[in-house]
Amino acid sequence: MNKVSKTILIIASLLLLLMYVFPVWSITLEAPQYPEGLGMYIWINDITGHNPNDLNNINLVNHYIGMKDIDPQSFPEFKIIPYVVFFIIAFGLFTAIKGGNKMLLVWIGVFVVLALIGLYDFYQWNYDYGHNLDIEKAAIKIPNMTYQPPLFGRKTILNFTAYSFPALGGIAAFVSILLGMVSYYIEAKKSR
Amino acid sequence: MNKKSNLRAGFILAVVALIILVGCTGKKQVIGDAEVASKVYVAPGEYDEFYSFISGGFNGQLSVYGLPSGRLFKIIPVFSVSPENGYGFSEETKDMLKTSYGFIPWDDAHHPELSQTDGVPDGRWVFINANNTPRVARIDLSTFETEEIIEIPNSGGNHASPFVTMNTEYVIAATRFSVPIPQEDVPISSYKENFKGTLTFIKVDQETGRMDIAFQILVPGFDYDLSHSGKGPSHGWTFFTCYNSEQASELLEVNASQNDKDFVAAVNWKLAEKYIAEGKAREMPVRYFDNYLDEGTRSVVSNEKKSVKVLIPEECPGLIYYLPTPKSPHGVDVDPSGEYIAAGGKLAAVIPVHSFSKMLKAIENKKFSGEVNGIPVLDYNAILAGEVTNCGLGPLHTEFDGKGYAYTSAFISSEIVKWKIGTWEVVDRIPTYYSIGHLSIPGGDSRKPWGKYVIALNKMTKDRYLPVGPELSHAAQLIDISGEKMKLLLDFPTVGEPHYAQAIPAEILMNKTTKIYKLENNTNPYAIKSEKERRVERKGKEVHVYMSTIRTHFAPDNIEGVKVGDKVYFHITNLEQDWDIPHGFAVIGANNAELLIMPGETRTLTWEPKEPGVYPFYCTDFCSALHQEMQGYIRVSKRNAKIELSHN
Repeated sequence: MNKVSKTILIIASLLLLLMYVFPVWSITLEAPQYPEGLGMYIWINDITGHNPNDLNNINLVNHYIGMKDIDPQSFPEFKIIPYVVFFIIAFGLFTAIKGGNKMLLVWIGVFVVLALIGLYDFYQWNYDYGHNLDIEKAAIKIPNMTYQPPLFGRKTILNFTAYSFPALGGIAAFVSILLGMVSYYIEAKKSR
Repeated sequence: MNKKSNLRAGFILAVVALIILVGCTGKKQVIGDAEVASKVYVAPGEYDEFYSFISGGFNGQLSVYGLPSGRLFKIIPVFSVSPENGYGFSEETKDMLKTSYGFIPWDDAHHPELSQTDGVPDGRWVFINANNTPRVARIDLSTFETEEIIEIPNSGGNHASPFVTMNTEYVIAATRFSVPIPQEDVPISSYKENFKGTLTFIKVDQETGRMDIAFQILVPGFDYDLSHSGKGPSHGWTFFTCYNSEQASELLEVNASQNDKDFVAAVNWKLAEKYIAEGKAREMPVRYFDNYLDEGTRSVVSNEKKSVKVLIPEECPGLIYYLPTPKSPHGVDVDPSGEYIAAGGKLAAVIPVHSFSKMLKAIENKKFSGEVNGIPVLDYNAILAGEVTNCGLGPLHTEFDGKGYAYTSAFISSEIVKWKIGTWEVVDRIPTYYSIGHLSIPGGDSRKPWGKYVIALNKMTKDRYLPVGPELSHAAQLIDISGEKMKLLLDFPTVGEPHYAQAIPAEILMNKTTKIYKLENNTNPYAIKSEKERRVERKGKEVHVYMSTIRTHFAPDNIEGVKVGDKVYFHITNLEQDWDIPHGFAVIGANNAELLIMPGETRTLTWEPKEPGVYPFYCTDFCSALHQEMQGYIRVSKRNAKIELSHN
């Protein structure tokens, strides 16, 4: 690979290290009772509150509609994702040093597919929490009402407005893919 | 008639004239316009510029208001019990009001004083004195709760208090009423030989805020009225006004108003520290209580103390000097530079201003005009910096704006008088409605006042608000002092007697406020950390209920097996860890109070059922949409019933 596209790919790969230190996604809930907002961060291996007690308080509020507790222990994905990210970084660096244009294309392809799987998995969990409610224990029951937070963007759910956006780790992943594509474009142009 | 009785007659006439003016003219002052309104308008959702801590006087509490809006945010129970949240009733808080006289459920709270660092309010604590049963309280300014109350021994009433030294090394106290020290059964007419006063210096731990009486000074039996400590060059000295240098014990109204001059006592406390280090203090047996809130249990620990160090001025030369001051002085206020000491002679026609540097020079040159019990009286003219004339009738208290001006309240003429430091000229005056006592400028007794507003704290309201029967509210008026002329902005009623107030910029306090008590730090022995730990235990005739609250239920909420004659202890832990989610607890027939339990905190209420039956309890603080459902039952059976304790 030429020097420019090689450098860009190295940056793209190393950028993913940010996913280990910053959350990937952020969900914020606002309500008249929570003008300051309640929120949670989704990391590659954990879920935490924006503030120390937020996760507990989200669970507390959710118990009124019969939603099950959000418990980071219950997500098997968290045991795998850190290795998946490591694989993408290692694969990217290997491609930059030893590989060529074709391998780069494979890297982009694998990365995009894995990212889409991740988003689909996130959507599935959102759907599960929002739909599978314990109606027996719910104090608030509204026929046909579901409480699924948005995958991306803003949605009003009863008195809450939910916001769901990528956080720094997620943005880093997105930028990394873009940089990979830029690297491929430059490399393809040069070798033509 | 002599000159003094002439003066007195003049004042009586002035008072009568005032009453006639207020009572008969019917011409009430109405001031204000849209421009004035905009200066106190804090739009919904916006914050006030200052926190103002206004004492409640006879209600024994401390109120927190916002300035400039005059909105009331909180009433902090200090010396008075509060059935609203259980302060003074719950097992955890009742010992806060323990004294050598037993449990005192009320007091007369006069002067809030913010802690200072380098002579500037720092927002750590606010102290307040109890005038009746002599005490000083410390309120933490992150929790806004009373954290400590210390009793002052050898005192007949703590009025000249709790003004702090420049770095809050000490909080000051002094007896307003001289009494036999130690107390003994003597004829009241033996006042002159048996009655003494004390000046008290309470040491403050700079980390924890814990208070401890460092020493007392035994002084002649006058009435020690107010105090302020020096700053800058006068740091190391504290000044106390006193009246009744006549040492009268009856009809003080007349008999304590005979002398042309009473005194300001100047105390060199740095020298006192030296004398104590040299072993000059005597240990005196006394009995007093120091009660503080333990951080982990959030439960009061009450310590009985049995001794105090006392210094005798005759044995400690240079410790105290008396500065002659006209006519029963009340307030004593030190200007921001620390050089000038203004005393409000409540029956005087002038405000005398003493000079600290002249005082030191007079001491050096021994310019004394007399001596009282070994305490030198300095020559009035040798220490005087100037006299403010035309200062209004009955000048009481002075605060400063940090821009070279002083503001003095005048009770009888019901006004604030603004005068210039140095020239002693009166430059402006404004009426107050009615009969102002103290006045308050944010930081107005410190080295760096935030001289934007002055609040007048008034004793009478008469026709100011809609009438509500014989007992009327007192009032405060907010006055703009940013310009050359004072301008009345707002007139608002207050809770209790707004005796004195201190204010501090909002940004110093608002970001450090406590939102919850961390459950993990709760070390109360009766706390439960989760619903799983809920239980009911019997110890003889005591039944201990370990109960939790969380939105929106009690656990347990059904209890059976309690018998008539049992004493039930409801130990309730609020498991919430969310701001502004307290839960309440109320049980039918409670002879004490209800409880408000803050997130993470444990509070205990006792209940003694008198008849068999099933009794409801419920949450009193509207906590969620299902607050009404937050309820439970406790079943009470006959003494001999065979029903075991049980719960769900």
